[in-house]
Amino acid sequence: MSDLALGRGAVPAAAAAPERVETPFRRFVSEFAESRLALLGLAVFALVALAAILAPWIAPQNPYDLAQLDILDGRMEPGTVGGAGFTYWLGTDDQGRDMLSGIMYGLRISLSVGAGSALIACLVGASLGLLAAYAGGRTDSLIMRLVDLQLSFPAILAALMILAFLGKGILNVVIALVLVEWAYYARTVRGTALVERRREYIEAAHCLALPTHRILFRHLLPNCLPPLIVVGTMQVARAIALEATLSFLGLGVPITEPSLGLLIANGYEYMLSGKYWISFYPGIALLITIVSINLVGDQLRDVLNPRLRK
Amino acid sequence: MSGAASPTLEVRNLRTHFFTRAGVVKAVDDVSFTVPRGKVLGLVGESGSGKSVTGFSIIGLVDPPGRVVSGEILFQGRDLTRLSEEEMRDLRGNRIAMIFQDPMMTLNPVLRIDTQMIETVLAHARVSREEARQRARDALGMVGIPSPEERLHAYPHQFSGGMRQRVAIAIALLHRPDLIIADEPTTALDVTIQGQILAEVQKLSATTGTALIWITHDLSVVAGLADEIAVMYAGRIVERGPVAEVLDRPLHPYTVGLIGSVPSRNRRGEPLRQIPGMTPSLLNLPPGCAFRARCPRADEACRAEPPMRELLPGREARCFRPHLEAAAETAA
Amino acid sequence: MSVYLLRRLLQAVAVVFAMSLIVFVGVYAIGDPVEILISPDADQLERERAIAALGLDLPLWEQYFVFLARAMQGDLGRSFVFNEPALRLILQRMPATLELAFGATIMALIIGLPLGLYAGLRPHSPLSRAIMAGSILGFSLPTFWVGLMLIMVFAVQLGWLPSTGRGPTRELLGLQWSFLTWEGMRHMLMPAINLSLFKISLVIRLTRAGVRETILQDYVKFARAKGLRPARVVGVHVFKNILIPVVTVVGLELGSTIAFSVVTESVFAWPGMGKLIIDSINVLDRPVIVAYLMIIVLMFITINLVVDLTYSVLDPRVRLEAKGT
Repeated sequence: MSDLALGRGAVPAAAAAPERVETPFRRFVSEFAESRLALLGLAVFALVALAAILAPWIAPQNPYDLAQLDILDGRMEPGTVGGAGFTYWLGTDDQGRDMLSGIMYGLRISLSVGAGSALIACLVGASLGLLAAYAGGRTDSLIMRLVDLQLSFPAILAALMILAFLGKGILNVVIALVLVEWAYYARTVRGTALVERRREYIEAAHCLALPTHRILFRHLLPNCLPPLIVVGTMQVARAIALEATLSFLGLGVPITEPSLGLLIANGYEYMLSGKYWISFYPGIALLITIVSINLVGDQLRDVLNPRLRK
Repeated sequence: MSGAASPTLEVRNLRTHFFTRAGVVKAVDDVSFTVPRGKVLGLVGESGSGKSVTGFSIIGLVDPPGRVVSGEILFQGRDLTRLSEEEMRDLRGNRIAMIFQDPMMTLNPVLRIDTQMIETVLAHARVSREEARQRARDALGMVGIPSPEERLHAYPHQFSGGMRQRVAIAIALLHRPDLIIADEPTTALDVTIQGQILAEVQKLSATTGTALIWITHDLSVVAGLADEIAVMYAGRIVERGPVAEVLDRPLHPYTVGLIGSVPSRNRRGEPLRQIPGMTPSLLNLPPGCAFRARCPRADEACRAEPPMRELLPGREARCFRPHLEAAAETAA
Repeated sequence: MSVYLLRRLLQAVAVVFAMSLIVFVGVYAIGDPVEILISPDADQLERERAIAALGLDLPLWEQYFVFLARAMQGDLGRSFVFNEPALRLILQRMPATLELAFGATIMALIIGLPLGLYAGLRPHSPLSRAIMAGSILGFSLPTFWVGLMLIMVFAVQLGWLPSTGRGPTRELLGLQWSFLTWEGMRHMLMPAINLSLFKISLVIRLTRAGVRETILQDYVKFARAKGLRPARVVGVHVFKNILIPVVTVVGLELGSTIAFSVVTESVFAWPGMGKLIIDSINVLDRPVIVAYLMIIVLMFITINLVVDLTYSVLDPRVRLEAKGT
């Protein structure tokens, strides 16, 4: 529906002002930019992602390299100059790890676990959702029963159980996150695909006797993309928060390569003696990341939701 | 109460505008009429002509971004536009009552009928709960609901549409109001039920002396019910007069068109006449007569704003080119 | 009504069986059942004896029925760590968790409903915008971090509230409760706020959306046209209608509140089932994990059932449909 409407809308616009052709993408960009808050969220997220990607080159220290850590610099307040000669702007943790570097490296883990699990969950969920919508009947009801069951169970609990059976470790965290989140994608894709399936262009594809996989992935899937992008954005934020929570509980990433959640957990015991920064700053980084993604996701939902479009 | 000579309601130059982001919508623009005691005014127009907003302006329930910009609404001599919210609240449901269009939507689905009736009694009268209940029961009986005592315990969804509208009317009648504003109350009902309700309302109005404003788009309803008729178009009253005269000999081309588009037994076989074009957007209404673009009689003069003029005794219209010459021809 | 109740009960029983199958497969098929059910310290002879005693040499479907039969008798295995029946361990800690979860839910309603109501009635006021921005924050803030910050501010810096534990408890109906003593309440306040943060945001959003929708309904305008006072229009006509979705969601969320108390209990060292399950996972005390899972499933189903019934009390239309079927 939205694409048809877009196509129709584009023709008179092009006729009126040939120098500025309004493509669906341009329209999407300009509508997204209507919210300054969302733009701010996007900018902040870009900064966070950049800091994470460039961490090995811009971080003052490699926090995973124990040789670089000086235990004498442990639990230093933010702003003190350490033995290595540079300033610990955000202080150090108990092992003398520079918190700023720790946060940048921790962001790498948090973001890649979040994005990676969201991507895999998206692939799995979207495929199953497409299958459910396309096959219908028993396949559909079996998949959707599983979805219902999964969604009725709180994510944290399901993840805890899976980790309890599989054990700790980054890979197992990713598996747990995927198992917890695939259902959202499956439900979204199935809903959209069921609507799209009855449209003329799918019937036309059937008439041309195109192979099933081609109809599924070249015709149906692209039309399910907008809602999928919205769900995906929100799920990345959720995955990051969940990973942090699991790591905080000691069930996530190994202690040698701490993510943000583990950094916060490490600071827990020192906080009671007033050394707040070990937990505080990683939490702020986590908060900024999640809020910025949510702001972008909120606006994406408004822009990409055909029901809200006039 | 004032004497019989003074009308129950007199609206003078009422303007209600909606200040939207896209611009000012003049939903009601310079509307004047009177409703004497015990009489029925039929307020007729297409949807969007401002007739409902007129009703809500009188009862003081125009929601933002809309508000009454100017004009007077004299109810028994008091100007309602000058009353405080609390004074207005005291009149609502008490001296002035309103009945809404869709009976499926006007009763709160999660409250029992007795709750919704008793709260109305208690909002305006210092009586005991039992007394309030008694009044509610009597009102239900009055509008022809069988076994009212039992029905008081029911929830709205247990009633049919016609029954719900009777309940809504019973609520409106609880305090024997001096004025009832009925906003298309029979539109959503079956024709037979519509007839019953019309007959009952007419009887009530005549016996209790209640003035009635009946808002509708249906000329046939007004024909049997109203004493006076006021035709609204694009926020203005374009024609006003006694109902029989207006329907027999309409003056304004819009009224002519409206009557022509009603199917009638007398004109079987003839094609129904439509009014060409569309209702204009109330946003940025061009100056001059709003009906100009659709009017077969319009000419240069209509670029100016036509004033409301008395064209025949007791008959007013807002038109430079009224159908004065040959009444017989237009009715044919 | 009773037909409806019966049907819902049957559904609930069916879900319990389905979940018991999933838990069974999770424990017995995915993991190594020997490792899960028998203490890792046991020697070879003990292992074989245990395998036979537990019926692990039987085919899987037979094992399932054995598991089911034991579970129905309340036998969900013994904890390796405490050497006590897992079920008893969990039931002992349940009141603390329930108390916390109910406290959080009540707090979410007490704080969320008025704020949501205000934001819905005055959507453009600066305060409403602040409330809505706050609710976004409430959705985004990681619970455990907020818990730490609460401890830092109110326990460490200001010293107003105790940082950890449940405080003194008092007995009521044979169980120990914190909320009966002033000191216990002081201990409960921070964990309950922490746990309710997400729910408060949820209630605010639901209430606001409900108010915005309800206020446009004809029956609200009709209520005003009847001359009712604004307090009654909002307090009865609007409020009762938005209460239905809010109560439904908050009730359904009670289950996830109990689940999420895992985090809060860890932060505040609150001696509930959540703390127990984390400790059990960390030492691989799997009988306790299985028992916890089954208890949670039962809880979820009970909560869903109760919410459905409450819903039908609040919304007369549902009641009629239920009668009709």
